[in-house]
Amino acid sequence: MPVPVMSATSAVLAHVPGLCRHGSKPSRELPKNPEVQAAFLGSLRTFEQGVAYGPHQAFIGAVHPRDLPQRPWVGPAPNGEGRFAGVGEIMPEEEFLGLLAAVDDFDLVRLGAAEAGAIGERLARHPLAEHLDLEKVAAAADNAEAVAAEPGALTLHLGADHVAAAVRRAHESDAALTADVFLENLAGKASATLALLRVLHDNGIDPGSIDYVIGSGEEAIGDRYQRGGGNLGKSVAAAAGCVNASGCDVKNFCAAPIPALVIASSLVAAGVFTRVAVIAGGSLPKLGMKFQGHLKHDLPVLEDVLGASALIVEADDGRSPRVRLDSVGKHPVAAGSSNPKIMEALVFAPLDRLGMASTDVDDYATELHNPEITEPQGSGNVPERNYKTIAALAMRRGDIGREDMSAFVEQRGMPGFAPTQGHIASALCYVPHARERLMEGGARRVQLIAKGSLFLGRMSEQSDGMSVLLESNDQAEG
Amino acid sequence: MFESKQVIVLGERDGVAGPAIAACVVSAGGHVAYTSTECFV
Repeated sequence: MPVPVMSATSAVLAHVPGLCRHGSKPSRELPKNPEVQAAFLGSLRTFEQGVAYGPHQAFIGAVHPRDLPQRPWVGPAPNGEGRFAGVGEIMPEEEFLGLLAAVDDFDLVRLGAAEAGAIGERLARHPLAEHLDLEKVAAAADNAEAVAAEPGALTLHLGADHVAAAVRRAHESDAALTADVFLENLAGKASATLALLRVLHDNGIDPGSIDYVIGSGEEAIGDRYQRGGGNLGKSVAAAAGCVNASGCDVKNFCAAPIPALVIASSLVAAGVFTRVAVIAGGSLPKLGMKFQGHLKHDLPVLEDVLGASALIVEADDGRSPRVRLDSVGKHPVAAGSSNPKIMEALVFAPLDRLGMASTDVDDYATELHNPEITEPQGSGNVPERNYKTIAALAMRRGDIGREDMSAFVEQRGMPGFAPTQGHIASALCYVPHARERLMEGGARRVQLIAKGSLFLGRMSEQSDGMSVLLESNDQAEG
Repeated sequence: MFESKQVIVLGERDGVAGPAIAACVVSAGGHVAYTSTECFV
């Protein structure tokens, strides 16, 4: 049976302050109060500020989260940070509008004529330009303001007030295909496509060698008869030139990427497919989600990026980290929904099964939401809470002493660094770092732990989650 | 302590889930009018 390994990863951000007003929270709150709207638009970050923000550099893999400076992370002037670094890039919003048009198969994104020309020129200089449909970008040139005035259309801005594009509704009466829903879905597709293109071309992987693409993002692609029908996985495969791939989507709220990784690894182990990509695009509804807390504390609107990731799973290449399918932790129905019970099920039950102690795992990657984003809104420090729970349970098991708990949290945990994009923050953001540390000897094992709030869908009071161990290739027996 | 009280229960994903709080309220003699668990991240 082939042993699955994670052979390549990527992580990208699109810095899209102009799109923040279309996030779910801002789109509901800003129209109510012109003063709040003015404050919001006056608190958007520049691209240079977005690139220089330490957690963003950690997200694209340029710096390990444990090597981030002390907070506050917001504020310092740019210091030579690059948009291309680590395993990805930070794309400015002009280019992202062009990318939206490039992956829009139904020509609903219309760019201003002048913007289309400028964006086309910029994208032509992008390292992945030859893989982008720049003719579609040029063909999207239009009168953006006139399109925006059409019934049901949405205006797209660059920064605070520059009208640069518009999106037409995808259907005249289908609530699942309104302009805002379509934009959400297309933003997920565009950002995931960028991540997949990066992981393929940065690692010399032939797109034609990909058998299957599993989407694990949060958007429910569909129409009114199947609101969550999918299949963004195959849509992204097509946009990235994976002509031999099929695909599907795995849905599980924020937890979806880890089940997607486990399913991808199982398909490889079973010999069903040779090379599988797992992708996750950014969540536009979560832009500006906690802007009220940020403005209240004189912070800029910090949720101004779309995060996206891609990874490749294939049979053992003798060097890449192994995905240990015998280590999968699940959160069974009977476990209940308290955080300690969830952690027992996801973190410790798999270790017990394998005869491991919690100290046999070097890095725990849990929900890694950036606390600088969550604390001003009163949501606390999510990763710190999780790490303290894990450390307390490790102590109760006798793996560590009470006096070792702080060191356990400090050495095996890490500060949160992910934008609050749900599934992106839920362990997936650490995958590039995990792969690097497992390949360079910094770690032997990394546990990925994802949780999902499925009770939000009002079908159940349950939550869910899944965990899996990544292990350095030289740890393998034989 | 909750006798004759109508209680609205809001649980939190990383803290205590709504149904757990609701069970405590009921055992303390209260009536739960609404229960929900929310995610604040």
